Amino acid sequence: MNGTLLEVRDLHVLYEVRGTKGPAVDGVNLSLRAGDALGLAGESGCGKSTLALACLGLLPRNATVEGSIRFQDTEVIGAKPGRLRTMRWAGISMVFQGAMNAFNPVKRVGDQVVEAILLHEDVSKREARTRMRELFEHAGIAPRRAEDYPHEFSGGMRQRVMIAMALACNPPLIIADEPTTALDVMIQAQILNLLARLREERNIALIVITHDLSVLAQIADRVAIMYAGRIVEEDSASELLKTPRHPYSKSLVGAFPVVGDPASRGVPAGLPGDPPHPEARPPGCAFHPRCPVAFEPCDTIDPVLERQGQRLAACHLVAREEA
Amino acid sequence: MSVRATSGATRSGRAVRRARRIEALRSSARLFARNKMGVAGLVILVVFVLMAVFADVLAPEARLSVTNAPGAPLQPPSARFWLGTDELGRSVLDLVIQGSQISLLVGFLATGISMLIGALVGIVAGYFGGWVDVILMRFTDWFLVIPFLPLAIVLAAILGRSLFVIALVIGVATWPGTARVVRAQVLTLKERPYVERARALGAGHRQIVTRHILPNVFPLIFANTILVVAVAILTETTLSFLGLGDPFSVSWGSILESAFAEGAISLGAWWYLVPPGLCIVLVVLGFTMCGYAFDEILDPRLRER
Amino acid sequence: MIGAVGTLFFVLVLNFFLFRILPGDPERTLTRLQRSSPSTIEAVKKELGLDRPLTVQFFDYLGDTARGELGISYVFSRPVSEVIANALWPTILLVGVATLGATVIGTLIGIWGGWRRGSAVDTTSLGFGLVTYAMPEFWLGMLLILVFAVALDWFPTSFMSTPGLADASSGVQFVDTLEHLFLPALTLVLALLGEYALIMRSSVIEAMNEDYVTTARAKGMREALVLRRHVVPNALLPVVTLAALNLGFIVSGAITVETVFSWPGLGQLTFRAINGGPDYPLLQGLFLLFSVAVIFANLAADLLLGVLDPRIGRA
Repeated sequence: MNGTLLEVRDLHVLYEVRGTKGPAVDGVNLSLRAGDALGLAGESGCGKSTLALACLGLLPRNATVEGSIRFQDTEVIGAKPGRLRTMRWAGISMVFQGAMNAFNPVKRVGDQVVEAILLHEDVSKREARTRMRELFEHAGIAPRRAEDYPHEFSGGMRQRVMIAMALACNPPLIIADEPTTALDVMIQAQILNLLARLREERNIALIVITHDLSVLAQIADRVAIMYAGRIVEEDSASELLKTPRHPYSKSLVGAFPVVGDPASRGVPAGLPGDPPHPEARPPGCAFHPRCPVAFEPCDTIDPVLERQGQRLAACHLVAREEA
Repeated sequence: MSVRATSGATRSGRAVRRARRIEALRSSARLFARNKMGVAGLVILVVFVLMAVFADVLAPEARLSVTNAPGAPLQPPSARFWLGTDELGRSVLDLVIQGSQISLLVGFLATGISMLIGALVGIVAGYFGGWVDVILMRFTDWFLVIPFLPLAIVLAAILGRSLFVIALVIGVATWPGTARVVRAQVLTLKERPYVERARALGAGHRQIVTRHILPNVFPLIFANTILVVAVAILTETTLSFLGLGDPFSVSWGSILESAFAEGAISLGAWWYLVPPGLCIVLVVLGFTMCGYAFDEILDPRLRER
Repeated sequence: MIGAVGTLFFVLVLNFFLFRILPGDPERTLTRLQRSSPSTIEAVKKELGLDRPLTVQFFDYLGDTARGELGISYVFSRPVSEVIANALWPTILLVGVATLGATVIGTLIGIWGGWRRGSAVDTTSLGFGLVTYAMPEFWLGMLLILVFAVALDWFPTSFMSTPGLADASSGVQFVDTLEHLFLPALTLVLALLGEYALIMRSSVIEAMNEDYVTTARAKGMREALVLRRHVVPNALLPVVTLAALNLGFIVSGAITVETVFSWPGLGQLTFRAINGGPDYPLLQGLFLLFSVAVIFANLAADLLLGVLDPRIGRA
């Protein structure tokens, strides 16, 4: 089935903090088909995790959401709680960052996976347990470990359990939020391979969120770079990682050596300064205070995301180069 | 917050520190004023402190004479005696006003003792670490386990019935809490860069403690103090009620003791029982509310709730 | 476990030395209530072993305590251990019922308050807790007696039983005890409630901010189920420890409340010991008992936590 799986249109998410409202997501458009793998990259605070939670309707109460998120035939924004609950996990599931706290510390992991199954499928407990053990095996975990508690697993193993749990209801889309952060490079590769393999076997669409671009090189078809709540560049993974256009993308790509590409292992060019707070967005291009090549229009006119073939970029410099 | 530079001459380190401290105090005061609970608590406390300070004027000792009481025994409230009379014919209102003096005084004294011991132990244990820390903390933990009131009772029973003993006893029974809190704070402060710098520059222990540690621990001690006073006043009341207080002075607890002993309950003499307790509740609430307000000032995380 | 033994030892040492710092010679103080001639005092001194060196006295004391020989009470002129044993059950009954009530009700209120933070129920219960904390519990007891026993005559004002019912059927006696138990238990419950509710509330709020709650919601779980299955089990853990630490306070509460209600338990005994002399042997015995009770309660709480929290104790 090659219809659109997830369609995000003009999404705005505003948080209310101490009286002021600041946009965490500021007008994002995304489109995903079955089996696609999209990478979402950016520094912390750029809104990528907010975007992920918005797709599941899991934003906290002090968040205002505007726009449209359409998953299959459900409009997530404003959906009835019952509809959302049916869609969650069975439609979109998540692999959370740093799975340490993502699991309930006082329940056995096997039970937590079974819980997910039983929430959506009308099967007996025994069947659910059998399925759970199969999932464990698939994810490379010994089934007997289902009796263990979360703290008894290493970081990498816990992430595998997280992935097994995400697969529990055979969702067509899995969102992985920083799935390999805090894991060492060897384990990172294992987890990414697992994700890639599962994606191929079951034709699952993936959104992989990370600040580490080398991760995306291994698993994404397309990559979108986010800054200050907006997508500033989007392209096929190979293109973007080889020749990024937007100055921000360039610094991100330069900051992380791509695994398997020794040429990229130069001195990482760290970017000075911090991303802006949602309530304190600079005028013009949000990136201009930190941009090494900012020029005249950058501090007054907000660049628009422009398409050039497969690529989208929001940058005056890029626009000028295209002209 | 800016430090105004004077033209030409540089200001001494001490002057700069003073200016900084005054500014910090001012901003804390401003924050406090915005906290409704804290302000309400402060108002209550001011009322009672004034009552205690002017007690001898508002309720002269003469009217509280045991032998020459102005009214008939155990009379309900009337125009003349707003809160009625006790078993000797004295005005309960006068008793309550006088009682504020002792209750507050003992409360403050006890807190002072508690804070002194607690802060000392906490700072020494936290700063020096090592086996000093281990021994002091073991000792503190032991004290923490012993039930509070029985310990106070035993000490008071042994040492005799006087105000100072009560204050001492409460102080001895409550210092462990402070010690723990202070020590935790000192431990975090010890690792701060400016302390390391001072040490690298050759500053002695005394200097580091007085210049760097104490000023930063002080706000915490202060916030803690407010809450300890509340506990101290409650404990003084309890100890007096149980018969361990000074038999010659009037405190809210001793009023309740007399009331109970005279069977005020079965006689339905509510005017004798309700006012002292109410005063205690108000004063303790006052301190607690102020304490919470200070907690919010100290810990910004609590503020945006 | 070792910590508990150490604390126990500390308590014993403290107990021993505390009563040795009495002004004056112990043997004089002990015989103070009776007019004694110097020879009697000497005899008492010998009998109590006070003429032996301090270390020997200490080991005697340890041995005696282990055997349950805690001296003779002045007020009752009977062995301290016997006096205490008779007062044990009433206190256990009162404190047991009150603790149960306070924990259950307090926990429920705390869960509600934490889950629906800022709601009317939450704000009210917070205010209520604040006020009851500020109240001396014995004063609350006196107020309750005034209203419910004296003014309304719904309950008896004091004691544990109505005199003259010793021959009545056990059913009648049971009801009678309940009637007498109600007000003192209510007083203690109200006094303890606030703190349990507050602790549970903070615990729930903290648990609700944890990632596993987001995971549970992401799995498509209803809020109520998230609360029941994930939040509450985790939130209960700190409450268990804090409840044990609270035991010291329960003990104090019991002392004053029993006094007000003339409830014939250990608290009432303490009151009589204070005002009877003071009755040092009895006080010493009571202090020891209270301390030991708290130590054991802490130990029990630690063990309970080890059972409930899989992160403790497992490899």
